[in-house]
Parts: sequence; structure tokens; C-alpha cells
Amino acid sequence: METTRLIMVAVGGQGNLLASKVLGEAALIAGVPVRMSEIHGMAQRGGVVESAIVFGDATSTIISDGEADILLGFEPAETLRAINRCSKNTRVITNTATLPPFTVSIGKGVYPEMENIKSLLQEKCASLVAFDAMALAKEAGSPMSVNIVLLGALVQSGTLEFTKEHVIEAIRRRTKETFLDKNLKAFELGYQAAVEYAG
Amino acid sequence: MHKLLKDSPGEKIMLLGNEAIARGAIEAGVAFATTYPGTPSSEISLNLFQMSQESDLYFEYSTNEKVALEVAAAAANSGLRTFCMMKHVGLNVAADPLMTLAYVGVTGGMVILSADDPAMFSSQNEQDNRYYAKFGNLPMLEPSSVAEAKEMTRYAFELSEKLQQPVLLRTTTRINHSNAFVAFDKMLPRKTKGFFIPDPQRCVTVPAVSRQLHAKVLEKMADAKENSEASEYNMVNGSGKMGIVTNGVSYHYALDAVKDLGVEDQTKIFRMGFSNPMPEKQIKGFLAGCEKVLVIEEGEPFMEEAIKAFAQEEGITIPINGKSEALFSRLYEYDPAMVREKIATCFEFEYTPKEKLPTDNIPPIPVRPPNLCSGCSHRATFYEVQQAAKDMDIICPNDIGCYTLGFLPPLSTGDFVICMGSSVSSSCGFGQATDQKVVSFIGDSTFFHSGITGLVNAVFNNHNFTLVILENDITAMTGHQPHPGVDMTRFGLDGHKRVDIETLVRALGVEHVSVIKPFKVKKSISTIKEALDYKGVSVIISQEPCILYAKSLKLHKPRAFKVSDRCRDHKDCINSIACPSFFLEDGKVKIDADTCVGCAVCAQICPENAIIPLKK
Repeated sequence: METTRLIMVAVGGQGNLLASKVLGEAALIAGVPVRMSEIHGMAQRGGVVESAIVFGDATSTIISDGEADILLGFEPAETLRAINRCSKNTRVITNTATLPPFTVSIGKGVYPEMENIKSLLQEKCASLVAFDAMALAKEAGSPMSVNIVLLGALVQSGTLEFTKEHVIEAIRRRTKETFLDKNLKAFELGYQAAVEYAG
Repeated sequence: MHKLLKDSPGEKIMLLGNEAIARGAIEAGVAFATTYPGTPSSEISLNLFQMSQESDLYFEYSTNEKVALEVAAAAANSGLRTFCMMKHVGLNVAADPLMTLAYVGVTGGMVILSADDPAMFSSQNEQDNRYYAKFGNLPMLEPSSVAEAKEMTRYAFELSEKLQQPVLLRTTTRINHSNAFVAFDKMLPRKTKGFFIPDPQRCVTVPAVSRQLHAKVLEKMADAKENSEASEYNMVNGSGKMGIVTNGVSYHYALDAVKDLGVEDQTKIFRMGFSNPMPEKQIKGFLAGCEKVLVIEEGEPFMEEAIKAFAQEEGITIPINGKSEALFSRLYEYDPAMVREKIATCFEFEYTPKEKLPTDNIPPIPVRPPNLCSGCSHRATFYEVQQAAKDMDIICPNDIGCYTLGFLPPLSTGDFVICMGSSVSSSCGFGQATDQKVVSFIGDSTFFHSGITGLVNAVFNNHNFTLVILENDITAMTGHQPHPGVDMTRFGLDGHKRVDIETLVRALGVEHVSVIKPFKVKKSISTIKEALDYKGVSVIISQEPCILYAKSLKLHKPRAFKVSDRCRDHKDCINSIACPSFFLEDGKVKIDADTCVGCAVCAQICPENAIIPLKK
């Protein structure tokens, strides 16, 4: 089986570890081999959380710089920061809702312009899907569902060897019952957003 | 039922490496487990803690790793299968019992897990604990994957029981914190009550006995070597003339690399999984069939040096490479692309490095360092100490925990951090060696771990400093584990006693003890000033539960604040405490109502009283 390497970057608290679990479960349902690695040492303190997910036959659990096939960013500046993980063949999906680091609020840094972030990702990588996943999560009923909105867009890209139905089943198995309806709606909104972005 | 307690052989589920290790121990019939939490090992003990609440497994959070190992050593010498786990630096704390326990041995299988942290994702150093196995004469196993971590854990108990020797199971962060599918096997029954048979010739390590025991350990290690020679965990892949010797996660990087490079027919890979004692005969045989060898191991040249010595004994003169400028570093962790490139370089395989993206036009992206949480009481305490000491030249030794982050601006509190408990003892030294005022900080869990002895030293030797104990009722950094100062009924558990820090500190003979509630800013500052003025040892106990923990227990109901139009833009709030709930909008300070918990520290700092509760 072809190997597909996915990097997910997020800020602590955005739920990317749950997103990894859902993808892992979907892979299990679809019969796709998968290994994942995560760094969550200081994540709770507002740092960056990165997950590497390797689908297919490769046996390593981490992904080297320049070797991600897909970059899924939960926060736009973090997506841009992770560009060293990409090559010109990488497909990028990013949330555009910002979470400025506190260094910006105390004047120790300037948050990059959104248009600049988008044009840099577009110019350097194979493709870009960028949309406000937070707005869609709120529309689905919970800002906590940003992660699931983004999974919708990821699945729409068709880069993974499993289907929408596999992921929906994984969401049913892996997310809390009380959030299920909101999560399923969030997933659909993310999927549709990616369809529209692609035009 | 806890997912790792399910008796469902053959079931395949996605597990974190640490969960797989916990499951491996359960399958081996572990009956007794001890730990002091430390990343990247913490989820192993968390799962065992949870499982102990619904089974007859005994589990305890011990006060530190030395205590954990000694408690476990007794259980293992009463015939129980015993597991003791810690992060790599924790093994330094436990090194004293470790070295001699290796002489004494065990009667029940005992596994000691060291979770090493190459690249220091959450550690103060990246020491390579494989040397402890060699140093202490302990058989050592090193898994390369999550699934293997479970298998090896189970085997480690068997091996230990067979050799009557504790076994070191050595992992790295990329094993502990990776996820993969793992198939469950059957669970052996737990033997939960042991019996200790006194055996002074083995268990009382006076010199005359230890002289005998040292010789015995060497015999046991000779036995262990036989097991290593025959171990399926030491295995060869391929039959080419270019030899690769590797361990741990690097094995998979090497497997992927030879495939990517299309050189599977030219290479053979020796994966060492049972790595102390090394399978000398197997390695010598492997070397004899190679024209050139590359050793791929993160950390120190542990295997490389041994392999070079084996080659010398055999008169084998082929090049054996490993750590060097052109090849592998002793620093940080490795990755698949790096291993691919070094294999190609070493063996002169054809290789085109992947094109790098030009990044010269990427604007600087503001850094996102980890920060104390919104409403963290440590932020308040650091601010208050700095205010109280405004006119003093102070040194602030700090310790290991969330509050280590106090060193970051604008709090800038934390001048010296080396290991658990060092804040207190180093304060003794700074107070004596300089005329500067010393104010040090230690968390409650760390104080129990190794701050108490330093404080006894300070009282006895009449040192001069102020120690602030940050009592937030939990071990916060590693994910909210209990410690001896915690009310265990909050965990729904009976049968524990609580050690009160204030009573303890007074009993140690500290004469100036005060307690502050850090969210009361003015009162805290004046109490701190009094403590700073005291000549001798003064202790301030800053009491406020960890906000994340309080929220999770619903002990705290967030009540957000806002910046009203009385704000005159002094920005004292942002500039002095930098709570992550602040942000600037058109140059004006705002508070994010979603994350503000209502500690009201900023409201007390604002010179215009402009920060007020948000109306519901």
C-alpha cells in the first residue's frame, strides 16, 4: 500500500489528539495500517501540539522535514510555521481563525497577515484549502468541534485511503455521545467548505 | 471496565505506547506497581492507577523514585510480580537502591521502566539510560514499536523471574507517545499476596555478603547473556554485505530507508532488542559477514563501542561507523530522512536528497512558548514576590514543574534549575556564598519528592533564604497525579492520609512560616515582605488549587472579567503578568471571556480599577 504522511499542527486545547484518534479508528475500520506519534509534553500550557500520522506500509512513526504529503493546520500561523514539514507536493488544509500567541499581545512579535499566509502556502505547496473552521464549528453548535470540521475538509481532499463513511463511523465510536450530533454536523460543514473552496 | 483490563485475546485496538506497556504488565500478571510520575512515562502509571481502582492490582504514587523502587523491591522479594516506572532522570534518584538491588535480586519478576527523552521534549537533559543497565548489571530490553512494547513488557517479567534479577525496560518518547494497533493476548492471573522468606546471605548487604553477591551477579549476567544470544528480540533482516546495527525506533527508520533507497538486497540489519548483555556471539557472526558496518542508535555510542571491541577481539578490521561529524550525532533524536541520508552516505548508495522548499520569504512567526495557564496561581505568586522584593537584589532558584515557566518574561522569576528539589538545597549554597537575598520556589509535589531533606539541612545549618512552597493540591505538570498533600477523597478514594505541608514545615523547625492566598494581591505582598525581612530560613506557603484541576473537579466556576472604558492604557496588566487571556485589539487591552477564569489578579493590579467582572 502507498504510504501517506499527514502532519497535524495545533495549539494546545484545540483537540488535535482527538482528531488523531478518530483518524486512527477510521483507518482500523478501513483496514489501512497506521502509526501515529504525538508530542504533548507542554501542550496543556498553550504550546504547539504536533501529530504525525503515517498511513500505509512505511514502518516509521514520525515524519521528517519536507516529507509530509498533507499538512492540516488548526491555526494559520502554526500552519505556516510548519511549512518546513512540506514539499512542493504537499497539500495544505488550514483553519483561518487565528489564536495569536501571547507574545503578540505583549508586543513581542507581529502576527503575519492572513493574505500573506495564504499566498505563501498556495505558492509553495501543491494546493491549499483555507477557511474559517471556528465559524463552522460554532455553526455546528460547539467551538470545541473545530477539530472535526477540519477532519471533514481533510476527508474531502481524497488524499486518504478511506471514505467519508469510515470517518463518520469513527466519530461515532470515538467522540462523546453528548457531542455526537454537533460533531457529525461539524464534519459535514467542513466537508462542504472544502468542496466550495475547491470550486 | 477499564479498556486495558478486558480479557479479550485477539482483540485489536489503537493504543498509546504507554497504554501498550501497561497492558503488557497486566498480561504478565503484575500485582504490584509503584511510580513517581514523569513525562514521557506518566500515562503508564495513570492507566495502572485507574485499573487498581477496579481490580486487585496494588498501585501507588510514591513520594519519589527512590521510594518507589524500594517499595517495589520489597514486593518483588516477597514473590510478587512488580513494576516500577519512571522517567530517565527519575532513575538517577532511584540509582542508590538500583545498584544494590541488582546484587540482591528478586524472587518475583520485577521490571523497572526508564522512559528516556531524546531531544528533551519535556526534560532537563537527554541522558542515555542504557548505561544504567551496564553499570548496574541489569538485563535490558528495548522495544522498537508500540506493539513490541507490550510484548517485551510481558516477556520482561518472565525473564526477571527466570534470572531472579530486576530487568530494565528502556523506552524513548517516540515509543511512549506513539499510537498503533495492538492485539491483546490472554492475561495471566495475578498473585497479589506474597511471603518473604528471610535470607540474610542474599538480602542483608554487609560487605562480607556483598562480596559474595557481586560474584553472583556476574554469574546471573552470564545466564542473561545466554538468553540474549537466543533471544528473538535480537534479529537479523536481509543478507547483504552492508551491515546496519540498530535499536529502538531507529530500527524502523532503517527499515524504511533501505526500502526507499532500493538497497534491500545489499544490506542486512541487526536489530538489538535485548541489549544488555549484548549477544556477543551473534554480533561477531554478523560482523564476519559484513564488508562495512553502520551503527544507528540515538544518544551515546553504547552499542558502537561494544561492537568495535567485539571486532577487535575477532581480528575483524572492517570499517565500523556510527557517531561522527559526517554521520550520526550524539544529540537529539533521529528521523527517517536523516537515517536514509546517513545510510546512503556511509555505504555510498545512490541518493538524491529531496528538494527543500525555499523559505527565505517566510515572515518571522511570533513564537508560542508554553505559558502558565489563564488564572494560574503561580503567576500571582511570582508577581507578588517580585513586587515585595522590588528594592532587593534577589536570586530565585526554581524547581521542576509548571512553575519552572516563571523564568519567562515578564515574570522573569527563576534563575537556577537543575533537578527535583534543587531549589531548596541550592538556596542554602547561594545564601552562604553570596550576600544576595535568596527567594526560591518549589511545588508541593516536588517538595515531598525531594525538598524536605534540603529544608532540614537549611534549618540545621542555619541558612538564610525564603522558600515559597507553591501548594496547588496536585502534581500538575505531568497531568494531575496525587501526592501526599492531596485529599484523596477528591479522587473518590478512601484509605489515604493527608500530610499537611504547614504542619510539616513547622515540625522541621522552620521558625518563620506564613501562608498566603495568592489571589489576594495586597495582603500577599505584605506577608511576603515580612518573610523576606526575616534573617534565617523563612517559608511562605502559597495555597491555591491548580486552576485546571479545580475546573475539572468543578471546584471553580469561571467568572470572566472585562476591561471597562475606565482603562487609561497603562498596560500594567499585560506588562507585569502577561496572562494568556489578554489580547490587544486596536492597541487596547481586552480579555478573552472564553478563557478568563476570574482570578481577578489583573483587576487588583490595574491603577484605574478598570478591570471588572463581566455581567452575565
